[in-house]
Amino acid sequence: MIDFGFQKAKSSTVNLDNVDMRLYYALAEKEPDIKRCMECGSCTAACTSGPFNGMSLRQVIHGLQRGTDVRQMVSGCMLCGKCSMVCPRGINTRHLLLTISRIYTK
Amino acid sequence: MIADRIANGFSPFVIPFLLGMAFVIGYCIVGMVRIFLQLPGEDRKKFLVSLITPATIWKNVRDLFLDCLFHVKLWKRKALLGYMHSSIAFGWFMLIVLGHIEVALFLPHRLKTFYYPIFFNYFVAEEGRTLKGSVFFFLMDFFLLVVLSGIILAMIKRIRSRWFGMRRTTKLTAVDTIGLYSLWLIFPLRLLAEGFTAHISGGSFLTMPVNWVVQHVFSSPGFFDNNLHMLPTWWAYSIDLAVFMCVLPFSRYMHIPAEMMLIPLRNAGLKIRNARKGFAKAEVYSCPSCGVCIDACPMTVKKANVNYSTVYLNRQIRRGNEEKIEEIADKCLMCGKCSTVCQIGVQGPELRVAQRAVRKYAVPGDFSSVNTVPLTLSAGQGTGNVAYFAGCMTALTPGISRGVESLLKKSGVDYKFLDRDGGLCCGRPMLLAGRLKEANQIMAKNREIILSSGCDTLLVSCPICYKVFKENYDLEAAGVKVVHHSVYFESLASSGKLRIEHDLLNLVFHDPCELGRGSGIYEQPRNLLALAGNLVGAAQEKQMSICCGGSLGSLTLNFQQREDLTRNALKNLCADVPDIIVTACPLCRSTLRRYADRPVLDIAEVVDRFAVTGGLERSA
Ligand code: SF4
Ligand code: SF4
Ligand code: SF4
Ligand code: SF4
Repeated sequence: MIDFGFQKAKSSTVNLDNVDMRLYYALAEKEPDIKRCMECGSCTAACTSGPFNGMSLRQVIHGLQRGTDVRQMVSGCMLCGKCSMVCPRGINTRHLLLTISRIYTK
Repeated sequence: MIADRIANGFSPFVIPFLLGMAFVIGYCIVGMVRIFLQLPGEDRKKFLVSLITPATIWKNVRDLFLDCLFHVKLWKRKALLGYMHSSIAFGWFMLIVLGHIEVALFLPHRLKTFYYPIFFNYFVAEEGRTLKGSVFFFLMDFFLLVVLSGIILAMIKRIRSRWFGMRRTTKLTAVDTIGLYSLWLIFPLRLLAEGFTAHISGGSFLTMPVNWVVQHVFSSPGFFDNNLHMLPTWWAYSIDLAVFMCVLPFSRYMHIPAEMMLIPLRNAGLKIRNARKGFAKAEVYSCPSCGVCIDACPMTVKKANVNYSTVYLNRQIRRGNEEKIEEIADKCLMCGKCSTVCQIGVQGPELRVAQRAVRKYAVPGDFSSVNTVPLTLSAGQGTGNVAYFAGCMTALTPGISRGVESLLKKSGVDYKFLDRDGGLCCGRPMLLAGRLKEANQIMAKNREIILSSGCDTLLVSCPICYKVFKENYDLEAAGVKVVHHSVYFESLASSGKLRIEHDLLNLVFHDPCELGRGSGIYEQPRNLLALAGNLVGAAQEKQMSICCGGSLGSLTLNFQQREDLTRNALKNLCADVPDIIVTACPLCRSTLRRYADRPVLDIAEVVDRFAVTGGLERSA
C-alpha cells in the first residue's frame, strides 16, 4: 500500500444493533424530557462538579443512548441546579439525574 | 334553689353521648400513646422533662389557651376569621366549664356522672325564684349565643370565603362533611332542647323565648301534663353529639385533641425526624384543614397545583396514599410560606424533606474523588480575615461577585475570594432533596476549605449557602461568623466605611425565601437600599413575599410550570412601579430576569453603582 503519510482513522460508526437501549427506553418513559436533549453541552459547561470529578450531564445522556454505564459519573452530581438554569431545552435536569440514580437495579 | 328533677339522675337518652365520649377518649389515648412510643428515646426524654419544667408548663398552658381557644394567629390575620373560630372553640369550652361549675355548686353529689354538666337543664328543676342560678342561666345562654354566632359565620364562610380573607377553602371529604353538619347542628339542638325544659329548669334570654314559643305552638290540652314531650329534642341533641364524636377521629376535627398533644411536643423542642411518625404525626393530625396555606402557596397560581399545598399533604399522609404523598413531597418549592401563615405551625417543608429522605437511590452520591487540595491551598494564601464565598450559582451571574468585590475594595476591606475559580456546591440542594448522606459529604469538604482560609468572617452572596453555613456547618463554634453581603454592606455603610450617594430611582426589594423566611433577614437589605434610592413596596413582602419560582427545593416543577410562578412574583413586585427590581440571591436574580420587563439586579450591583470610592475612614 502506498504510504500517504497518514492512516485511516478507526471507524467510529455506531452500530446501534449492538447497543442495549433498554435502560434508556425505561428512563424515557419515566422522564420524557430526556428526549428533548440536543446534547448542546451547556449543562456540562455550567456544571459545578465537572471540574472536580468529571461530571458531565451531556455525557451521561449520551452514554445512556449508547448503552454505556454512567453510574460512576452520575454519582458525582451535587444537585446544585446550574444545569437546569442554562439548559436551552428547559429540561428539568435535576429530576432527570435523580431518576437515573433510581432506575438502576444495583 | 336548683334540685334534682329526676330522682335517679338518669335517662336513657344520655347513652349515645356516653358511648360517643367513651369512643373518642379511648381513641385519643391510644393515639397519644402511639405517638409517644414512636418518638426516638432522646426525644421521649426531652418531652417528659419538659412536662415537669415550670417554664415549659407555663408556655404549654399559655399556648393551649391562646392557640386552641382564642386562635390569636387567626385574629391577627383576619378578625372575622379569628372570631369565627374562637367563638366556637371558646364558647363551647365555657359551656362545658360552666356546666361543671353548676353541677359542683348545686348538685355536687352528681359530679361523678359524666353527663350531668352536658344535660344539666334536663335533670334539674328550679324551685322558687332565687337569684342564685340566674347568673349561670344568663352566662350559659350568653355563651350559647356566642357559639351560635360562630356557627352562622361558618355557614356564611362556606359561601363567601372572601369575606374571611380567603380566596379558596379546602374541599371537604365525606367524613368531614358529616362532621361539619353534625357540629353545626349540636348547638341549635341544644338551644331547642333547653328551650323545651326552660319552664322547669329555668333559663335566660335565649332559652326562655324559645320555651315561650314552644308552649304556644304545642298548646293543645294535655300536652304538658307529663314531661315526655321534652325527650325527643334531648335525644336528638345527645345523638348528634355522639355522631360528631364518632366521626371526629376520622375527620379534620381530630385537630382538637391532636393540638393538645402537639403544643407540649413542640414546646419540648422536638423536630420532625420521620414524616409519618411521632412529632410529624401530631402535626399532621393537628391540621384542621383551614386552607389558609392554599392561598399562601406560590404554586397555587396554577389551579392544578392546589392539590400540592400543605393541607393536602396532611390529608394524604393521614390516608396513607403513598403515590400522592410522594408527588406532593416532590413538587414543593420549600419556600416556607405555608409554615409562616399556619396557625398550628405545620412545617410543610420539613415534613417533605423527611418524606424525601426515606427514598432509596440505587446510585448513591460519591464525592470521594473530589480533590480539595488546590482549593484549600489557595484558600490558605493571602491575608485578610474576610473570606468571600460567592457560591456556585453566582458563577452564572458574575455581576454579583464583581459588585461585591468592588464594594469590598471601596470600603477598604482586605479579603480573599474562596471560589473565584469555582468551588463546591454548599450542599443545601442535596439536603433539600432528602439525601442527607450525600449532603454531609459535600459539607465536610466545604467546611475544610473554609476553615483552611483562617478567616473569621465568611461573606456569602447566596442565601442558600448562607442558610446551610449557618445551620449545618457549625462554623460559629470554629470562630467563623457567617454573614450575607446585604447585611455586611449595611453594617459597613452605617459605620461610615462605605459611602453611598442617594439617587431618585424607585427600588423594590424581593425577599429571597432563604434569606427572609429562611433566615429572618428583612430589614438590613432594605436599610441599605434606602441609602441608594427610593424604596417602594411590593404587594406582598417580607414574611409574605412570594417565591420567585426558581427554587431548588422543588424537584418536579418543570420549566414551563415555573414560568407562571415567576410571572406572578414579578406582578407582585411591580405593584408600586419600581424602576429596578432588587434582590439578594443569584438564583432569584436569574429567575426573575427571565421574564422581567425592567432591570433585575442584585443588591450588591445596585449599591455598587452609587457607592463612592473611599468611605469616610479612608478619606479621613
Ligand atoms: S443543556 Fe440541556 S439540551 Fe444541552 S446537553 Fe444539557 S440537558 Fe441536553
Ligand atoms: S446539578 Fe449536577 S449536573 Fe447539574 S450543574 Fe449541578 S452538579 Fe452539574
Ligand atoms: S397546614 Fe396549617 S394553614 Fe394549612 S390547612 Fe392545615 S392548619 Fe391550615
Ligand atoms: S413551602 Fe412554599 S411551595 Fe411548598 S407548600 Fe409551602 S407555600 Fe407551597
